[in-house]
Amino acid sequence: MSYLWKIKLAIVSGIILLMAISSYQLYRHRHFKLAIVAGPGVTRVTMLSAFSPQLKGTSADTYVFFLEGKEKGGKALLISNTHANEPAGLLSSLIFLENAILEKGTLIIIPQFNYSASRTTRPGDGYPLYFEIKTDWGKKKFRMGNREASPLDQWPDPDVYIHYPERQLLSFIDIRNTNRTWPGRDKGPLMERVTFGAMEIMRKEEVDIALDLHGAETMFPVTNCIVAPEKSMRIATMASLTVKAREGFENHVEPSPSGFRGLSHREIGDYSNTLPFLLEAPIPFLDQPTGAKTESLLLEGKDPFLLSLARKGKLFVPYDENGWPMEKRVGQHCSVILEIVEQYSMKYPERGIKIKNVPRYAEILRNGIGHYYKNPYNVDRKNIFYN
Amino acid sequence: MSLIMIIYLIISAYISAMLIWNFLREKESVDRMILYLLVLIPLLLRILKIK
Repeated sequence: MSYLWKIKLAIVSGIILLMAISSYQLYRHRHFKLAIVAGPGVTRVTMLSAFSPQLKGTSADTYVFFLEGKEKGGKALLISNTHANEPAGLLSSLIFLENAILEKGTLIIIPQFNYSASRTTRPGDGYPLYFEIKTDWGKKKFRMGNREASPLDQWPDPDVYIHYPERQLLSFIDIRNTNRTWPGRDKGPLMERVTFGAMEIMRKEEVDIALDLHGAETMFPVTNCIVAPEKSMRIATMASLTVKAREGFENHVEPSPSGFRGLSHREIGDYSNTLPFLLEAPIPFLDQPTGAKTESLLLEGKDPFLLSLARKGKLFVPYDENGWPMEKRVGQHCSVILEIVEQYSMKYPERGIKIKNVPRYAEILRNGIGHYYKNPYNVDRKNIFYN
Repeated sequence: MSLIMIIYLIISAYISAMLIWNFLREKESVDRMILYLLVLIPLLLRILKIK
């Protein structure tokens, strides 16, 4: 064999080896199952395909948990992992799922709304595949996902995504983004079937309020806020003012733009009787001018480049050497959710919802997030749902 | 399989064949050899439908 062919054989072997190692890592990530513990408040568990039958058997079908109180009242829907690379929402909804007790009304939780997106990663950005949260019994491991669903599950993308039913032209990639495919349709692309399932829950269960949990860059103006359309504005404003006065953190209100289609805070309000709220917590990990996208940046939110930009007044949130830790983001989410539910219950007492046993901002900062997660090994197996 | 997917696979197969042909013909630049193979990876995954 000539020297040239030896070089070519070495290059081919090297590339096959690299592909094998990376494929194995991605395969394990895609098939890693998160142990979701259903707490004492969970009364019923179903799949999203029960409301959107075209999801059955697909890799976008996901668990829906019902927490029903003894006393009848209103209903709230809590959605997280709409974008699976904004994990504060998932961590918050799991706190509700494992701890909340409903005294009145119903809370419906879809913890991994874009399940497909939670099983992929962002090509080219060097995301960590997993992250771990410290608990009282060890560490709980989570998959780190992506903003859009996996192209393995929904393909091909169009050149331009034509939103249904408004026909607005959106970026091609948004056809896999479950915060652009609302209100969805039963036989549309896979992600439209996901949002259609949630719309069906809201219509059939007569849900009063829907809360969609997100994270946004510190350099993006719509961050650290509640996004609400006209019909939800009063309650959002009262919740924002109350958490500032009582709990001491900022969470301003942003109006939902009526000309930008496909977003939960716009379409849920326009296509159902439900009042939508989208909660944004700052996530420095998603900002572009940061250092390496590490697990530590994701959890602590500390970055020297962002700190430098903060000193120049380029960020939309207060930022110092302490970064923006996950506890703060999850604490804000939990407090704002509870406050929106309380404000709604005060305005419509006959459709009130009473949630007990969920920590607020200060408690989560004091005790950590993991303190509120149960050890799956010490829980009755029928209460564990691997997703 | 939709018509657009058939066309997509034909284009992928054609570009893959060109890349393999160029890799085999390349005699000097190791950088180019590596480049041809790296560009080939996503096309092969699509043609072979490897998830």
